[in-house]
Amino acid sequence: MKRIESREALLELYRELAGEREKEEKYIAVCTGTACLANGAQEVYDAFKEELAKRGLDIQVKKGEGSVSLRGTGCHGFCGRGPLVAIHPRKIFYQLVRPEDVPEIVEKTVVGGELIDRLLYEDPVTGERVLHEEDIPFYKKQMRLLMAANGQIDPKSIYDYIAIGGYQAMAKAILDMEGDEIIQEVIDSGLRGRGGAGFPTGWKWEDAKKHQSPVKYVICNADEGDPGAYMDRSLLEGNPHSVLEGMIIGAYAVGATEGWVYVRKEYPLALENITLAIEQARELGLLGENILGSGFSFDVKVARGGGAFVGGESSALMASIEGRVAEPRSKHIHATESGLWGRPTVLNNVETWANVPIIINKGAQWYAKIGTEKSKGTKIFSLVGDVNHTGLVEVPMGITLREVIFDIGGGIPGGKEFKGVQTGGPSGGCLPQSQLDLPVDFDTLDAAGSMMGSGGMIVMDENTCMVDVARYFVKFLTEESCGKCVPCREGLKHMLDILTRITDGEGTMEDVELLEELGYVIAHASLCGLGKSAPNPVLSTIKYYKDEYIEHVRDKKCRAGVCKALVKYIIIAENCTGCHVCFKRCPVGAISGEPKGIHVIDQEMCIKCGICKDVCKFDAVKVV
Amino acid sequence: MAMTEVVVENVEQNVKEVLARYGNNPARMIEILQDLQDIYGYLPREVLREVSHQTEMPLTRVYHVATFFKAFTLKPRGKYTIQVCTGTACHVKGSYRVLERLEDVLGIKAGDTTDDLMFTLETVNCVGACALGPVVIVNHKYHAYMTPAKVESLIKEYREQ
Repeated sequence: MKRIESREALLELYRELAGEREKEEKYIAVCTGTACLANGAQEVYDAFKEELAKRGLDIQVKKGEGSVSLRGTGCHGFCGRGPLVAIHPRKIFYQLVRPEDVPEIVEKTVVGGELIDRLLYEDPVTGERVLHEEDIPFYKKQMRLLMAANGQIDPKSIYDYIAIGGYQAMAKAILDMEGDEIIQEVIDSGLRGRGGAGFPTGWKWEDAKKHQSPVKYVICNADEGDPGAYMDRSLLEGNPHSVLEGMIIGAYAVGATEGWVYVRKEYPLALENITLAIEQARELGLLGENILGSGFSFDVKVARGGGAFVGGESSALMASIEGRVAEPRSKHIHATESGLWGRPTVLNNVETWANVPIIINKGAQWYAKIGTEKSKGTKIFSLVGDVNHTGLVEVPMGITLREVIFDIGGGIPGGKEFKGVQTGGPSGGCLPQSQLDLPVDFDTLDAAGSMMGSGGMIVMDENTCMVDVARYFVKFLTEESCGKCVPCREGLKHMLDILTRITDGEGTMEDVELLEELGYVIAHASLCGLGKSAPNPVLSTIKYYKDEYIEHVRDKKCRAGVCKALVKYIIIAENCTGCHVCFKRCPVGAISGEPKGIHVIDQEMCIKCGICKDVCKFDAVKVV
Repeated sequence: MAMTEVVVENVEQNVKEVLARYGNNPARMIEILQDLQDIYGYLPREVLREVSHQTEMPLTRVYHVATFFKAFTLKPRGKYTIQVCTGTACHVKGSYRVLERLEDVLGIKAGDTTDDLMFTLETVNCVGACALGPVVIVNHKYHAYMTPAKVESLIKEYREQ
């Protein structure tokens, strides 16, 4: 790799690479994000590689007319339909692709230009086959500022990033702009932290800039710990250079010389790709001494998280980089004054950093037109749970929950009823049907008792028990509480005891009141954000689903059929065909019945594992 | 079944090598311990002592880090680590039932290892494969859309490998 020493050299490289890309007549993009890999995308990629080589079409073997290049790209977002493959230049979008399909795709589509109907997405409403990614309802209402590049570039190649205009924002910032100008631009853009709290990014930078120190740090928080949220992972895996570029701009603006990316160890691919990106940027001279001849020097290191949810809290994260346990401290002194190793530090989340190059490229005015009055830009959500189209969606702020869940997500599968949507992870809350027309922005969701959080959006249908969901989050937080302050450590434990009592059918009405009281105390007296927001899942479910709590307490009933102590499995005689499968599969021998006869479950012996329901093909097993 | 013996070798040398990777800087304790755990599969007592000795950090401090983070285990692990994702999306899709079934079939609780050192069962808070839940990961291989009914054949598959 040749070092890039000046803006002109960067521009020249860009022109050369972009030109090459334009000449690329055909290319195949195989999504190799974690979800698609889990679905077998590597095998699909390998099959393409083999097939192209066999036909002598591989561009790496033979340049020239008709040859095809192959890219393993980052996450395209439509994870429920993986492995995903896009055939350019026509941008034909194939889903649920198997290695067996590959020879046919190459033969018919790549060479012959024909479509393979069965691999195209079928619109569930119209039954029509959809040709292009952007015409699929899942993508139609999205606005993919950050995610778009994921599908176009190989995240392991810095040249791919440069070819689509990468590092131009950095060049503009460090060569043409003063630190204050950049900060003003970020303030004017209205960008707020995407990690959850929504603190204005520009203000944070301004404060760090103000504090004089020979050493300052910028940190990228990639300890994405909210269960049910994975947008940061996809950005770091799919477009690591965009995050890095944002960090360089931020570091220049505040006068930092060293950066850290703190990645959770559960994300091995993200760790691999960001580490590689840093090495490549360093080799090209986009990190290190005197970047592009600007006189500005900056480098970035990677730290691996140890698997603690509280590690994503800013002060705990810094303690963890310093090699100590991830315990938060009280924040009467901000990190922007005294953060990592006691130096002024700017800590932003992955998605926040990735927004920065866009703002510098397009300008604050352009950016501020997207979104609502106080929440600007787009937000990526991981839309998961009981929804037809699962995956990552990037939408402009201010879109309604209904649009996200029903238009983009395609509604609830199996004709079931929508019950609620959980946003904001363990710090957020559950919102019911009545709140679906709320616009998605920081302040509206806060006011409704939930929060935007980092972007998890878990849809729940009628088979979800809201008391169990509250218990689930409190159990999670009890385990993840670092134990430093009493309200969080002890309070949550008591909340869990009470909620367990209720889901076991042993709760009282006073218990529900006590939960609210405890919640108030924990929210006001805890040391860090984990404890302060911990009662939200409980308080929001009591607020919107109180009748379910009452049913558990008074009627000893769980209408969703989730709480084991309150349900039983029975066989509906009319539906039972006597196929004998449940009899054979029951692990405790609780089912009796002859083949072709009606089967019965012995309630004394039944351990309620649910296998009989899973294996019954005739819908004869019911939970009551 | 008797507990299989675990031999801990080359402690001094391994610790020395790993420390050198991080410039003998105890601030990189989490990564140092992660690398050592990769070598031994867990963090044996001897290793923690040696880390303390070579870094001149009090053993309590090393132990504090080793017991605070979920990534570390002080007990030997099985040949296969089975991780059940208990993230919200997987929970809503019934991962707790899959976990219960695994506990039944393996005869151990989450966090434990079978006596023959074949399987370690643990839970993990979201691996970001939410669209495929419930997800079970066995030694980095993802098994999507798990159900309690699939548990027995999954275990059988790995036992026979």
